[in-house]
Amino acid sequence: MKELIRSLVDTTGPSGYEMQVTELVKQLIKGIADEVKVDAMGNLIARKGTLKKGGKRIMLSAHMDEIGLIATHVDDNGFVRFTSNGGVFPVYLLGGRVRFLNGVEGVIGSESDSRDQAPAMNKCYIDVGAKDRESCPVKVGDMAIFVRPYVDLGTRLVSKALDDRVGVAVLIETMKQLKDTPHELYCVFSVQEEVGCRGAMTAAYAVDAELGIALDVTRTGDTPKCTKMEVALGKGPAIKVRDSGMLSDPKVVRWMQETAEKEGIPYQLEILDAGSTDARMMQVSRAGMSAGVISIPCRYVHSPSEMVDYQDVLDCVKLLKALLSNPINFG
Amino acid sequence: MTTKNMAPLIEKEQIDLLERLSNACGILSDVGEIRKIVLESIKPYCDDVHIDALGNVLAIRKAQQPDALRVMVAAHMDEVGFMVVEKEEGGLFRMVAVGGIDSRYLPGKPVLAGKEHVPGVIGAKPIHLMKKDEMNNTMELEDLRLDVGPDGGDKVKPGDPVYFATKFQQVGPSLMGKALDDRLGVVSLISLIQHAPANIELLAAFTVQEEIGLRGARVAAYAFNPDLAIVMDSTPSHDLPTWDGSENIYYNTKLDAGPAIYVADTGTLSDPRLLQRLFKIASENEIPYQIRQPGKGGTDAGSIHRQRAGIPSVSISVPGRYAHSPVMISRFNDWKNTLTLVHTALAEMPKNLLQRN
Amino acid sequence: MIDIKDFLHNLLSLPGLSAYEEPARQKISETWKPLVDEMYVSPIGSLHALSRGVGSEPRPKILLACHMDAIGMMVTGIEDGFLRFTEVGGIDHRLLPGMRVNVHGKRDLPGVIVMPRAELLPEGNGTAPVAMKYLFIDTGLLPEEVASLVKIGDLVSFAQEPSELPNDIVMGHTLDNRVSVAAVTICLEELKKVSHDWDVWAVATVQEEETLGGGLTSPYAIQPDLAIAIDVTFAKGPGASDYRTFPLGKGVTLGIGSNVHPGFFKAVKDVADRLEIPTHDELMPLYSGTDALAMQIVREGIATLVLGIPLRYMHTPVEMVAMKDIQRAGRLMAAFIAGLPQDFMQRLHWDD
Repeated sequence: MKELIRSLVDTTGPSGYEMQVTELVKQLIKGIADEVKVDAMGNLIARKGTLKKGGKRIMLSAHMDEIGLIATHVDDNGFVRFTSNGGVFPVYLLGGRVRFLNGVEGVIGSESDSRDQAPAMNKCYIDVGAKDRESCPVKVGDMAIFVRPYVDLGTRLVSKALDDRVGVAVLIETMKQLKDTPHELYCVFSVQEEVGCRGAMTAAYAVDAELGIALDVTRTGDTPKCTKMEVALGKGPAIKVRDSGMLSDPKVVRWMQETAEKEGIPYQLEILDAGSTDARMMQVSRAGMSAGVISIPCRYVHSPSEMVDYQDVLDCVKLLKALLSNPINFG
Repeated sequence: MTTKNMAPLIEKEQIDLLERLSNACGILSDVGEIRKIVLESIKPYCDDVHIDALGNVLAIRKAQQPDALRVMVAAHMDEVGFMVVEKEEGGLFRMVAVGGIDSRYLPGKPVLAGKEHVPGVIGAKPIHLMKKDEMNNTMELEDLRLDVGPDGGDKVKPGDPVYFATKFQQVGPSLMGKALDDRLGVVSLISLIQHAPANIELLAAFTVQEEIGLRGARVAAYAFNPDLAIVMDSTPSHDLPTWDGSENIYYNTKLDAGPAIYVADTGTLSDPRLLQRLFKIASENEIPYQIRQPGKGGTDAGSIHRQRAGIPSVSISVPGRYAHSPVMISRFNDWKNTLTLVHTALAEMPKNLLQRN
Repeated sequence: MIDIKDFLHNLLSLPGLSAYEEPARQKISETWKPLVDEMYVSPIGSLHALSRGVGSEPRPKILLACHMDAIGMMVTGIEDGFLRFTEVGGIDHRLLPGMRVNVHGKRDLPGVIVMPRAELLPEGNGTAPVAMKYLFIDTGLLPEEVASLVKIGDLVSFAQEPSELPNDIVMGHTLDNRVSVAAVTICLEELKKVSHDWDVWAVATVQEEETLGGGLTSPYAIQPDLAIAIDVTFAKGPGASDYRTFPLGKGVTLGIGSNVHPGFFKAVKDVADRLEIPTHDELMPLYSGTDALAMQIVREGIATLVLGIPLRYMHTPVEMVAMKDIQRAGRLMAAFIAGLPQDFMQRLHWDD
């Protein structure tokens, strides 16, 4: 799966401009989906399987977009001012590099001389090597992503955009491995999650499923002196109990736990105090639906160097495949 | 009505309408005065008009050809203001702000209250009676009172709206008045209805509750279920000099630079296909435009584009200085160009622009 | 006839935190069963109960929404037998030290919320209130036993027993919003005795305290013409005296503001005045913090109303409500519905 993950994280797709990822995913799922379409928002929706006895209409969602920056001004001397597209933390900016959709690359600097404190985003700029406004190849409204090479540390993988291309990879791999399902699966590769789960909202409406599962990363509490959280890298898929946007349907949580236990897949229970996923939109779509989340534990979320454990990723596929292979008995 | 397919012009009639609408009061759902003017202006031109459960005016003007694109255009009727919440002795009342108003704008301003437009003031302590350093403190709304005069207390009651008593003026190239956000859009939309392009089905939404979370637009978009949506609003211009003469990089938009097209704000990433289309139309027709600085803020597009299975949307605003204050200033030319751009873009909107695959 | 006070006491003793409303739902469903014609549970757990009207088809529908979910806490970590926790719904952490709770582990465990002394906290906390993330629940059990009985995600509810104060004042936790469930129950019972043209959908909603999930989804399914959110509002009391507060036991409130259709308000107010049920105008300059906020913007928009029952000490385990106000809310809804003409929607206008 490492190659799959790498091809996905190496592709550019800031929120609202996911088209390159969409094209890649289309190629990757060729032959393993029964029907593929791109909706008005840009969500790629792939149907797999038809309803059989004990089956449900299930929406699975992994978001294609990654966080990035938007140019807000080019100053007299050719420096590009910017704002965030999705949740960017100023602390990760300085010295970082970005690439605009037109291929122009630049480095991030700041007005402040202080090297001890993270400057506010509006005190930072992107230097694309331009001499003045006229010669600057970037204009207001242009979108950029963070650039940082993918690194394979053996058991751990590091890259930008693992949030949520690793979820995309889990969904694709599961679609591949899933030979038989009683369910009608709508695999949604969603857009604009990082700016408020907007793609999932409209996809959930269109799909009109009975059950929704999001596949996304979650933070961990296993690094020095970090905020306490009972999720760690390498301890298996995290089954979400709640986050700041939703409470998972307890029936879904129980079903996931029981399935993991039966299959001998390690798992952890997750409570995330800041952040949410596509599942929160699914839960309140139309007349409501049962919703839950399988999270891939991830360190340094929303930095250009996010880290996941490869075994966790494989176990997520195993769990999802097990969940989808059999009829569902609850609700 | 022979001007059907011509671009709508802004003439005395439109300026007069803007004046009436700017001087009228419409806060949140309490937009009866605005709605009345809208209804009388559009009824003769529409195939269907109704008021929904929230108070939005939803109007349809059909295309003059089959299979036309169904385009929603939205402008919000509500403005920021205050609500009277508590009566005190001697014609004094407590108020709560409805929408984002910087309380530094309030002291010493004349206001009007209630359906009868009762005149009143927001007073302030005489400078002579102040303690040392008191002038460094902001006067917060909870410390200020609406005063309608010692014997006027019976004319106002809790629940009444309060708004700035600003009279609209046209001064040189500028339009000055309160609530140009978004009465400019309202008049634009009325003109669009009156001069609707023949190739599209125009779904006009005059919305409520924009200033508190884009709520009217949400149900309007659900009801219309359009192919695409354009929002016509007003957006701030902070194009003033900086204190130290350094380059102003936080202007948001600039007056006289043309219609402000949105790429990204808090609520919306505009549909890239619509953006490219607008840029193209503007260039071909030599209509000036600017890109509003991406960042905070938002328009009705924020709720429209997420309805049902997704509605490609874009916003185009008339720039205006001093939004949410007693007096805004916009330029006549920016307004004119905004209307021309939207009208031209609609008239030349290819049917297959948004097709996928 | 249902003994409302008895029903309410029973209901208050049941857990039912947001998203985990099952125990409350069962009790409500049992009580409503004889009062309605049809009942089902929504995909996310709201209880939908229909009292069918006698008007001609297509029969207009009114939805009465009372949320049944409770605020409480959830276990986030276990350390040496002590439980760390977070809130479900909004809770002031300053109330918590010394609070008795029930931890719903493999079995229910009594516990108390404890506050480590300053030396055990980050430097500088001193005598300031201790943040929730530094508080613990102590169950009195040894670490091994705790580990075997409690897991992350287990719920914690207030242990406060409901009780009664003089002159029919109820005290306890989760009066927000089980008192409104009681009011809707009274309404259904009244409606059983009279014929009404409209279909009445009584809905006990879920997750109001967290996502307004029930308020967003139930009206989507039911598609009512009118919707009322019945919820608690602030009663005057220590620390609460401004325009947002109303005397306890002196009548219910009717919301005024953008979440309320003015014509709907007027129609209900007229009924209250005619029946001499005391009401207060509750000004909501921006929003109503109830299911009405969500219901109003479902589908093409719904004409909504907010009916409030004054309550003291909201979101504490010692909330207080007057039985009289619960009765008033129930009677007012029933009387309004009984008098609703089939063509009410055609007569409902914006007064321009």
